Amino acid sequence: MHRFPGGVHPPDRKLSETSAIEDLALPPEIHVPLAQHIGRPAKPVVEKGAAVQKGQLIAAADGLVSAPVHAPTSGTVKKIDTVLDATGRRKPAIAITVDGHHWAEGIDGSDELLRPDDQLTTATIRDRIAAGGVVGAGGATFPTAVKYYLKPEQSAETLIINGVECEPYLTADHRLMLESPDEIVVGAEVLRLALGSRRVVFGVESNTPDAADAIRAAIDRLGYRSMSVQLLPVRYPQGGEKQLIYALTGREVPSGRLPIDVGCVVNNVNTAQAVYRAVLKNRPVVDRVVTVTGTDVAVPRNVRVPLGTPVRYLIEAVGGLPESTYAVVFGGPMTGKALPSLDVAITKGSGGVVLLTEAQTRRPAEVACIRCAGCVNACPMGLEPYALEQFVRLQQWDQAETNGILDCIECGCCSYSCPASRGLLDWLRLGKVRVAAIRRERVNAAKAAAS
Amino acid sequence: MSVVLAAVLTLAGLALLFGLMLFGASRVFAVQEDPRVKDVAGLLPGINCGACGFAGCEGLANALVSAADGGDISALACPPGGDETMQSIGDYFGLEVGGGKSTVAVLRCNGSCQAAPPKVDYRGALSCSVADITFAGASGCAFGCVGLGECAEACPFDAISMDAESGLPVVDAERCTSCGICVSACPRRLFEIRPRGRRDRRVWVNCRNTEPGPVAKRNCSVACIGCGLCKKTCDTIVQAITVADKLAYIDHDKCIACGKCINVCPTNAIASSFPPPPKQPKQAAQAASKE
Repeated sequence: MHRFPGGVHPPDRKLSETSAIEDLALPPEIHVPLAQHIGRPAKPVVEKGAAVQKGQLIAAADGLVSAPVHAPTSGTVKKIDTVLDATGRRKPAIAITVDGHHWAEGIDGSDELLRPDDQLTTATIRDRIAAGGVVGAGGATFPTAVKYYLKPEQSAETLIINGVECEPYLTADHRLMLESPDEIVVGAEVLRLALGSRRVVFGVESNTPDAADAIRAAIDRLGYRSMSVQLLPVRYPQGGEKQLIYALTGREVPSGRLPIDVGCVVNNVNTAQAVYRAVLKNRPVVDRVVTVTGTDVAVPRNVRVPLGTPVRYLIEAVGGLPESTYAVVFGGPMTGKALPSLDVAITKGSGGVVLLTEAQTRRPAEVACIRCAGCVNACPMGLEPYALEQFVRLQQWDQAETNGILDCIECGCCSYSCPASRGLLDWLRLGKVRVAAIRRERVNAAKAAAS
Repeated sequence: MSVVLAAVLTLAGLALLFGLMLFGASRVFAVQEDPRVKDVAGLLPGINCGACGFAGCEGLANALVSAADGGDISALACPPGGDETMQSIGDYFGLEVGGGKSTVAVLRCNGSCQAAPPKVDYRGALSCSVADITFAGASGCAFGCVGLGECAEACPFDAISMDAESGLPVVDAERCTSCGICVSACPRRLFEIRPRGRRDRRVWVNCRNTEPGPVAKRNCSVACIGCGLCKKTCDTIVQAITVADKLAYIDHDKCIACGKCINVCPTNAIASSFPPPPKQPKQAAQAASKE
C-alpha cells in the first residue's frame, strides 16, 4: 500500500450511507440523451411513435469510441428531441412516454446469479460489453470496451476494481458493494478473463469497511482465488484512476500514457456490475444508482432510476427542494457541476445529486496569491497550479503545455486548498480546453503534411 | 607616471583595435534593409494590432514593399488606418490602392438583462472564456453574450464599454478601428466586422442563436427565431437576407440599409445604426397578431 502524493481530506458527510438502494416509481416521461459517454453521440435507430421495450436498442454506437443507448424502460417514442446537459446546452435525446417495465426479448431481467463458463473469449466479452452500452460509471464515461483492446505487446497483469468513493456525500457505490457484491465480483471475474490478468484488486477506502467485508465474503463464497480487497486510508482523490493505481501498486502512470502502460486496467464497481449484466445476462445499461443528498435534505437516499429521468423527479423523491437550496450539484461536490436547470437528465455517469446551501457554495473574494505552495502540495498530479493559472490568464499556451496542464485531472484539490480563495481550477479547465485544441490542430497539421 | 601612461595607452590601443573590428564586422555582416519599409511603417498607425493579418505594422510594411515591387498593392489594407492611411501609402508608391471599405465591429447579440433575464447565479472566475466552458449562460442561451467583458478588456482602443443596465458591450463606432481583436477575444464569436455602410447606415441581425424559435424565445425575447419574414420582405427588394439553421443573416454587400426588415421582425432581432423608419399601421398590426 502506497500513499499517493498530494490530495486533501474534505469532510465525508456520507449522509445517505445507511439508506438502502430503492427503486423509484417510474417517471411519466424520460429524455434519454444520445451522448452519455465520451466520444461521438449515438445515432437514433427508432422513429417517433415506435413502441420500445426495456433494454431495446434505440440508438447505435457511431464508431469505436462511442456507446449505444438502450430504452431505459418500456414505452413509446414521443419524439427525437433535445434535453439540457449539465452545462445547460441542448443536446439530442430521445423522449419516451413511459408505460412500464417490460423487458425486451432475449434479456435476462431476473436476479439469478450466473457464472462465466470457459467458452467466453476476450472478443466475445468485449463485443457484449460494447453492445450493452457499458461506459465508465465513475464519472468519466469512457466506453469500457475500448480499454479491452490490447496491443500485442501490452499485458494487464493487474485488474483494479475501483470501490473508492472519495467524493464527499456520495454513497451510491458504497451501497452497491453492500447490496450486490456477488454481481460485482462475477463482473470482475469476467473482466479478468477478458484480460487474462493474474490478479484482481478491489480498492476500498477505510471509511467503508462494511463494503470491503461484503466484497471479501462474496469472493470467498464464489471461490475466486486471484482476487483480493485492499483497504486504503481515506484521502481525496483516491478514486482517480492514476491515484488508485499508485496507491495499490506503487506504479506511476507516465504523463500522457494510459494505465495499461504500467500493466493495469481500472474499472469502477458500478461498471463491473454493468459488465456482469451485459455479458452474462445480455442486459444493457438502462438504469443507475444515484445518491440524492444534502445537509438540509429531509431524507437523503440512494435511488435506482432509469437513465433519462429528470433531476426534478429525483428531488421530489427526497421531499422536494429544501428552502435553503442554493445549488443543485450534479456529481460530487468536488468534481460535480452546479446545474442550470432541474430538467437535466440522469445519464450513465451521474452518481449523485447534491443539494448545497448558500454558505456551502460561497466563494470568498479572491485575493492575490501568497505563494504558500498549498496548491502544489495538494495537487495529486505533481503540477504547479498557481503557475498554470498565470500561464492561462496570460494566454501563454505553450508554457501551460510544457508545464503539464493536460495532466490535470480536474479534482479541484488546488482550489479547495487555496487560502487566497483563487479559482485555480476554473482557469486550469480553460487552459486544458485551449491547449488540447492547439495540440489537436498541430497533430492534424502534421498528419496533413505527412500525407 | 609611466605606469599610468602605459595603462592609458594600452586601453586606448585596445579600444581602437576593437573599434576597428566592430567597424569591419558591421560592414561585412551588414543587413540590407529596404529604406522604404521604414518609411511605410511610419505611415501606418504603429499599433501592431495584427488586423491586417501580418505580425504588426512592420510585417504589413514588408508585405506592402514586396507587393509594390510586383506593381500591385491593392490586395493589402490596414483596417484600423482605413482609407486615409492606405491612400497616403498609395501616394508614396505611386500605385492604386484597393477600394477597401471602411468597416466597424458590431455585436450580434441583444440578450440584455431585460430581454434575456438571468436564471442562474454564476460564481466562477470572472472571465467570459471560463464561463463559456462552464455553462450555457445566465439566461440559458448558449449562443449569447455572457457579459463578463473580455471584449472590453481586449479592445486596444477603448472602443468597447460594458453597459451597466443591459449587461452588454457597446461599440463606440467613432473609436472602433475594426482591428478585429474583439472578434477573436469573444469566446462565442459575437462580434462581426461589417462595412460602415453609406452615410454610416448599416443593418444586421442582432442574434446568433440557431435553436428552433420556441426554444430560443424561452430564453430571450429578442432572439432571431428564423421565421423568415425579413427574408420574404427583402426578397422583393435586394435579396440580401438568407436564413440558415433557424438564423437570418444579412449580406452586407447586398444590403441597401432600407430598414424594411427591421419593421417586419416579430422579435425585434434586427438592429440598425440609424433610427428605423416608423412602422406602418398595417405592419404593426400584422406583427402584433403574430405575437
